[in-house]
Amino acid sequence: MEPHMDDLRLLDAVERYIKGEMHPDERMHFEQLRKSNTEVDQLVVEHTFFLQQMNRFGEWKCFKSALKEIHVDLAEKGQINSARLQGKAKVIYLWNRYKRVSAIAASIAVVTTLVISSLVWIIAPASPRSQFEELNKKFSQLEDKTRKQAKEIDRIKNKATAVPQDIPFTTGGTGFIIDAKGYLITNAHVVEDAQQIAIQNNRGEYLVKVVFQDRERDIAILKIDDPNFKPYISLPYGLSKQTAKLAEPIFTLGYPRNEVVYSQGYLSAKTGFNGDTLSCQIEINANRGNSGSPILNRKGEVIGILNGRQTNTQGFAFAVQSKYIFDVIETLKKQDNSPSIRIPSRSLLNGLDRTEQVRKVQDFVYMVKVN
Amino acid sequence: MDSELQEVGLLKGLAAGDRKVIEGIYKDHFNMIQSLIVNNNGSSEDAQDIFQEAMVVLYEKVRMGSFELNCQLKTYLYSVSKRLWLKRLQQNNRLLSQEIDPNTTIPVEEEIATHEKRDAEFELMSQAIQRLGEPCKSLLEAYYLRKMNMQDIALQFGYTNADNAKNQKYKCLIRLKKLFFSEYKNGTSHG
Repeated sequence: MEPHMDDLRLLDAVERYIKGEMHPDERMHFEQLRKSNTEVDQLVVEHTFFLQQMNRFGEWKCFKSALKEIHVDLAEKGQINSARLQGKAKVIYLWNRYKRVSAIAASIAVVTTLVISSLVWIIAPASPRSQFEELNKKFSQLEDKTRKQAKEIDRIKNKATAVPQDIPFTTGGTGFIIDAKGYLITNAHVVEDAQQIAIQNNRGEYLVKVVFQDRERDIAILKIDDPNFKPYISLPYGLSKQTAKLAEPIFTLGYPRNEVVYSQGYLSAKTGFNGDTLSCQIEINANRGNSGSPILNRKGEVIGILNGRQTNTQGFAFAVQSKYIFDVIETLKKQDNSPSIRIPSRSLLNGLDRTEQVRKVQDFVYMVKVN
Repeated sequence: MDSELQEVGLLKGLAAGDRKVIEGIYKDHFNMIQSLIVNNNGSSEDAQDIFQEAMVVLYEKVRMGSFELNCQLKTYLYSVSKRLWLKRLQQNNRLLSQEIDPNTTIPVEEEIATHEKRDAEFELMSQAIQRLGEPCKSLLEAYYLRKMNMQDIALQFGYTNADNAKNQKYKCLIRLKKLFFSEYKNGTSHG
């Protein structure tokens, strides 16, 4: 049962009261309420206890993990008599130790590639180039560190057996299935320079390889290359060959974090950044990691792939129009040994309400993890 | 006394969660506890477990504001570790292989009983949070455990504004409290 709005407001008041965040007037008023209403009084007592419990729990958890880290640290430095880590465990230790640096490097890397791949060569001379340069510089310093670390990890990994589970992936973006046999689409910039790529959602985690990359259109085709993968029976959505219409309502599912995130908006311009006709502009909340997310219209047809946003603006983003996916597939067909990819053109989502549509699409959208 | 003052300083640092202090205490005492465990049918993994649990007992004590150990820090950690290890051996129907001189330890039964009760409560909280599922789990952890502010949470989780995130947070909190208290009341009424 959904809690009533009043319950939420009361809980908010109680919490602010306990934390001492109330204005003196409000506080006096609330104290009156406490005196006259035993239920409110009870809630304050109960909630105070609960918050204390949560707080202690948090500290306890934090302390326990600090102890584990300290143990490994001291053992590695030889300051306590404990076996040093070997093989896989050592890789994980090093990875965790450098994770913070890597996370920063990775997030800057994503921004940089976003900027470079979709904007840099179409940017007007008057645009603030310094912003890009600054980002690049920061990146190269960090990149250096990351590279050193990667080298060390490689060195250790070579000693141990190189099982794929050891690969420390960083989140790259999002991808979605276009052929039930296990082909996905994402942005070319997401998988650029990737050594290993894996995808993950509620269904599972699979290794994939790049089949084709088109940097100009910023489209990459990936194939699931994993014995654990069972092909889908069919896809719920189709891909639209039409140019999307202005003001058309749209929605997207993607992985700006470790959890699938839904956003909705509308098509705000038929062309992308500076009139780029490959893409279109959409009014939607997009964050790092959303690159490669499918953009669907209300019939449940994929009309585009989210590929970037202007660095200093929030609220709108750009998407590669999905008709170019067909073009890329055509180009691919001309290559030798090209796989036969069949893109569904009919959507089975037409007429369903949004939550149903999202529920059905969810299984076909993956987080793309790149190393 | 000088060394006593020094130890109180250490305990205050521990209570504040000072990483350097924790590391110092760890470094100075781990080897001693490891020999105790390894010489008494334990492995080095057991030693790590037991020593860390003893550190948690100490941490809980100083977090409650009590910096009086009535003995040296070393004796305290040794006594608690020994008691914890004895309990574990008894659970597995094994005994200490070396008799430990009772003079080197102080009685800590009461503190270990409090610790076990608290551990059980934390376990309850941990399970309740696990059972919440996502996104509630991450949302509550971000706010109540990692103390992030609502603006940052809204941004990270993809909510359109902080108010929406806050409402969602309270909805999750109501569920968590229900889960926690149903178990908590069960646990306490049945002893």
